Amino acid sequence: MADAPQIPDEAEVRARWGAFAWSDESREKRNAILARYPAGREQSASIPLLDLAQRQVGAETNTQGWLPIPVIEYVAREISVPYIRVYEVATFYTMFNLAPVGRYHVQVCGTTPCMLRGSDDVLAACKNKGLIKGKTTPDGLFTLTEVECMGNCASAPMVQINDDNFEDLDYDRTIAILDALARGEQPKAGTQEPGRHTVEPLGGPTTLTAMVNENHDYRSEWNTPAVGASA
Amino acid sequence: MPKLKVDGIEVEVPQGATVLQACEAAGKEIPRFCYHERLSIAGNCRMCLVEVKPGPPKPQASCALPAADNQEVFTTSPMVKHAREGIMEFLLINHPLDCPICDQGGECDLQDQAMAYGRGHSRFQENKRAVTEKYMGPIVKTIMTRCIQCTRCVRFAEEVSGVEEIGAIYRGENMQITSYLEEAVTSELSGNVVDLCPVGALTSKPYSFEARPWELKKTLTIDVMDAVGTNIRLDSRGRQVLRALPRVNEDVNEEWATDKTRHAVDGLVRRRLDKPYVRRDGKLVPATWDEAFAAIAEVAKTAGDSVAAVAGDIVDCETMFAAKALLKSLGSSLLEGRQTGMTYDTSSLAAVNFNTTIAGIERADAILLVGTNLRWEASLVNTRIRKAIKRGAKVWAIGPETELTYKVEWLGNDLAVLGNLPEALTEAFGKAERPAVIVGGAALKGAHGATLELARSLNLVREGWNGYNVVHFSAARMGGLMLGYAQKDGISALHDAKLSFFLGADEADFTKFAGFKVYIGHHGDRGAAAADVVLPGASYAEKSGTYVNLEGRVQRGNRAVFPPGDAREDWTILRALSERLGNVLPFDTIEELRAAMALDCPDLANEGLVIFAWNPPSLDTCAEGVMEGYPIKDFYLTNAICRASPTMQRCSAELVHGETFAEAAE
Amino acid sequence: MSVITSLTDKDRIFTNLYGYQPWTLQAARGRGDWDNTKALLDLGQDKIIDVMKASGLRGRGGAGFPTGTKWSFMPKTPSPERPSFLVINADESEPGSCKDREIIRHDPHKLIEGALVAGFAMRARAAYIYIRGEYIREAETLFAAVQEAYDAGLVGKNACGSGYDFDVFVHRGAGAYICGEETAMIESLEGKKGQPRLKPPFPAGAGLYGCPTTVNNVESIAVAPTILRRGAEWFSSFGAENNRGTKLFQISGHVEKPCVVEEAMSIPFRELIEKHCGGIRGGWDNLLAVIPGGSSVPLVPAKDIMDAPMDFDGLKAVGSGLGTAAIIVMDKSTDVVRAISRISYFYKHESCGQCTPCREGTGWMWRVMERLRTGDAEIGEIDMLQQVTKQVEGHSICALGDAAAWPIQGLIRHFRPELERRITERKGGGLAPMQEAAE
Repeated sequence: MADAPQIPDEAEVRARWGAFAWSDESREKRNAILARYPAGREQSASIPLLDLAQRQVGAETNTQGWLPIPVIEYVAREISVPYIRVYEVATFYTMFNLAPVGRYHVQVCGTTPCMLRGSDDVLAACKNKGLIKGKTTPDGLFTLTEVECMGNCASAPMVQINDDNFEDLDYDRTIAILDALARGEQPKAGTQEPGRHTVEPLGGPTTLTAMVNENHDYRSEWNTPAVGASA
Repeated sequence: MPKLKVDGIEVEVPQGATVLQACEAAGKEIPRFCYHERLSIAGNCRMCLVEVKPGPPKPQASCALPAADNQEVFTTSPMVKHAREGIMEFLLINHPLDCPICDQGGECDLQDQAMAYGRGHSRFQENKRAVTEKYMGPIVKTIMTRCIQCTRCVRFAEEVSGVEEIGAIYRGENMQITSYLEEAVTSELSGNVVDLCPVGALTSKPYSFEARPWELKKTLTIDVMDAVGTNIRLDSRGRQVLRALPRVNEDVNEEWATDKTRHAVDGLVRRRLDKPYVRRDGKLVPATWDEAFAAIAEVAKTAGDSVAAVAGDIVDCETMFAAKALLKSLGSSLLEGRQTGMTYDTSSLAAVNFNTTIAGIERADAILLVGTNLRWEASLVNTRIRKAIKRGAKVWAIGPETELTYKVEWLGNDLAVLGNLPEALTEAFGKAERPAVIVGGAALKGAHGATLELARSLNLVREGWNGYNVVHFSAARMGGLMLGYAQKDGISALHDAKLSFFLGADEADFTKFAGFKVYIGHHGDRGAAAADVVLPGASYAEKSGTYVNLEGRVQRGNRAVFPPGDAREDWTILRALSERLGNVLPFDTIEELRAAMALDCPDLANEGLVIFAWNPPSLDTCAEGVMEGYPIKDFYLTNAICRASPTMQRCSAELVHGETFAEAAE
Repeated sequence: MSVITSLTDKDRIFTNLYGYQPWTLQAARGRGDWDNTKALLDLGQDKIIDVMKASGLRGRGGAGFPTGTKWSFMPKTPSPERPSFLVINADESEPGSCKDREIIRHDPHKLIEGALVAGFAMRARAAYIYIRGEYIREAETLFAAVQEAYDAGLVGKNACGSGYDFDVFVHRGAGAYICGEETAMIESLEGKKGQPRLKPPFPAGAGLYGCPTTVNNVESIAVAPTILRRGAEWFSSFGAENNRGTKLFQISGHVEKPCVVEEAMSIPFRELIEKHCGGIRGGWDNLLAVIPGGSSVPLVPAKDIMDAPMDFDGLKAVGSGLGTAAIIVMDKSTDVVRAISRISYFYKHESCGQCTPCREGTGWMWRVMERLRTGDAEIGEIDMLQQVTKQVEGHSICALGDAAAWPIQGLIRHFRPELERRITERKGGGLAPMQEAAE
């Protein structure tokens, strides 16, 4: 059970979060979320609302947010579902933090495609900057987690920090990003490989080169006219 | 009706049956852990895998696969054997080898199936997983390392008990069963998860380390904790009942029992009356049977026919009949069982019976509850209402709002609403094919006539359906009414009797009884404290008895153990006393007593449902009165046995009063 | 018909794959999306499904079930109480897979237009696009693109002026690979834990909210409008028989230039790598093995993969599968046991825990793999591990159990000498040759 997070002390947490309620901004988002599901199917909103609540907790604590028990219960009441059902959901999905995290949640992908491209170096960089897996740095700035494949395999290795991905990393680039964040800067997201745009082959695309400089329309090159073509 | 072959045996099964059921129909045993007849199908343990043709080249979970025409099922093929051995091995790799100290030992599905389908050795070299124990309340002890994640308990909590407080948190190999935040499960049916658990993860807390199943004597009997008449088995060793378990009876309790039914039994060895007492100088002092009888005979000499008998809530019909016969020999028929002063009309028992029957109520399509907290008064009828709702029934209720475990349209707590029911209700009842009204004790006083009028105006009684129901919660009530334990003016008619017998009656207002009070019963509770003479009787576990449940079902239970000390079976006490009073009752054995009782009340002669003819009395149809509460104030402490039970006291403190405190604190 | 196995730009569907141009509606329209979509709908439901069937498109999520056939399972006359739903699987979480992300962030309108066309063809009331929670920026783009489509009247009431009402909703997950399994996705969409359901009933009978539901991969849906515009024959002119069309390949690992690229199905592995990835790192002699279809499929040793056609049948023939066409390349510097062990850890981490073989088996397999990695095992345990994988495979509720078993089976099949070498070496025995695939 070493992997299972400890649910923080309840009395203190209840005192701090017992009065949790949507902020005006969250309430608007909550209404939009609930509108996506048919009447009577409010339970469908459990994941989006937990995410929204976690983000609000994050905003209120200047961290990436987490889900104190009273907040989970608040969400459960919002959708009229027994607490245990929402609690199950909160513990099932990895993106819900059951304990507080730092200002920056550093999530290093360690799965095989990233491993092959050097995620060990990324983790080593984190370690050398004082980040410990599963822990938050004493200054409350960084929480390090090793996560499973984040779907950035063609620009591996990568790290997701808060809402942004940083791809094509190595040891030095990781250090640079962590340093920048520690200084309060926001480093450029996406690939860190100079000259690379996204996931095209390094050195420029081997296909669709016409797209690089203009929004090229290939339809005129089609052999047969398209069904319903307006032209 | 699909026809298929199981190991070459052709079977025909009902439409919608599963392959597992087809295998059983063919006489083939299919091992399983997660599958349970009364719960939804989870298909997660994978133990019931069988080979099915036509189908994919891999074994199928028979519990979830619909049986279909021309299927060929193999339950012993190499593919199936390999699958079962594999699953068995997986279930065991992280299961502790603690059978010698596990309470499930001897009645453990995992043990049995490992013997039958396992490989007999382990290849697992890694460390075993350990899971912390979870608090689930006073009834359920958890050793979660033993859990095989079959989720039966989760499904029971959600589907049957309706108290969604058990779940499976985390995922993968970290998945663990827990109550919400490891708090006590606030269900009066929580003990059933102990029976459902196929391993020793959830065991009985009060029974922990008490006994091994093979050293217990098993006696089939009837529970008296409420008027449902739950069919139970008492497991005893020597003179002590160690546990009560439900037996299967589809008509009554299916296979469930309340926590009170299961765990009040530890009250059977506490606060017992094990010798006669006589009040001398205001104090009850131990006496011999002779001295006690002499004291009664002394009073009887001058009492004449001013003799009364009050039946308690959990006495058997035999005791009540013996007392009735004794009074008759003295020229009295002052019998009453409604200790708290109820005076409802009993001229037609159909008007005070649960006519729809317990099993029948789950077919109702519109239900109105009038003054009943069904969850506490008849928990296992309440679960049937949940089933009715699952089939589409809608439920309204009149009374103080309380959590019944399902969605209810509350109509307030003023009985006057009966004269002015909302249109939605009358419309639904008008359309309903099987409408039902259930009247509880809180409404019988003010609205018996009005609800009977509803039976007429809402057409509750029709061909093949009687939707008029009264809920009793005393095991002795229906039997008592059948034996005439009811006076027009209720118990007040007995107050002036010069000599009163209290047959395990502990709930009456004893101060109102001016005459000499004889208490015949088994616990030193309120009745004994108020008596002038105490005669030690037998509890339901210590005598063979006949009980009639709230639907009029006559059931008989057997004696599991002997009563302690000088205590005797109640009817033999009355028989011996009659000799002393000079008019010997004409039965020497229980069989003779029952024969006499059958003459007096033929309906009690045979076990089974008594059909009371529907001829309701004409009563005042005006409904009035605001119901401030329900008769049961504390589910766990409704009779002398549970009040003597440490487990029930604990449940009460934690689940009834703890809850109140917690709410007050917020 | 000759087999075309290489593609020119004019036949590429995802022209903004690399995001050099904006994803917006205006830009998408400039590339041909949402071009008189009403005309596509005017083909009628049956015709659309016929074209899809004729195109030979097989599901791009990994299983390869014919897409048109799948759509045809939906009820022809859905009742108002039980409307039909299209659920689009954007829970891309298979290690190695990173194509749906590019579609969503760079060409979202292809997906939304596809949702309308597919939803219309199966008479669905709405589509839910279930996007994995970690695709945060991608989801932002998708939400914005859907809003654009609503604002332009392309979806919603009277979508594209067709008279058909069709909603498109985006639903974000929260971190669970298993939600890519279609019934787990439906459970998750209903707000529960993502635990796969028992089948039957299949989603087409009782899926989301108990209503008829089809779950399709992002790529399968996003290519549909182009197929309808250019015709089944055009699409089926690429790739080998039974493996038609164009495909997004994702090449990661030890190639010179990892990338995502759209190519014709059945393109030979060597050609794909040479053309787009700058070859194998250290040359073709340095190639050790390839996982050709995402982590769930067995690895293929170098000599078998080099000239294999990259399609369903070609990779099946070498004991593996196309999966999502997520190609993980490993050169000879790879600790291949660690590479597979890390995949085993992944499955242990992502097992939902519902059924016994997967919950217990994935953890056991990973732990044995870790010991095999360091050689801290007995030779006999290799066979035992093989047997354990066979006890998991085919016995679980969903395919995650199989997916956890196959990579290990592939490793044992092809690298048994390497496993034995580590054990004997640790025991101080003689040195066996390093890390060569078994002949």
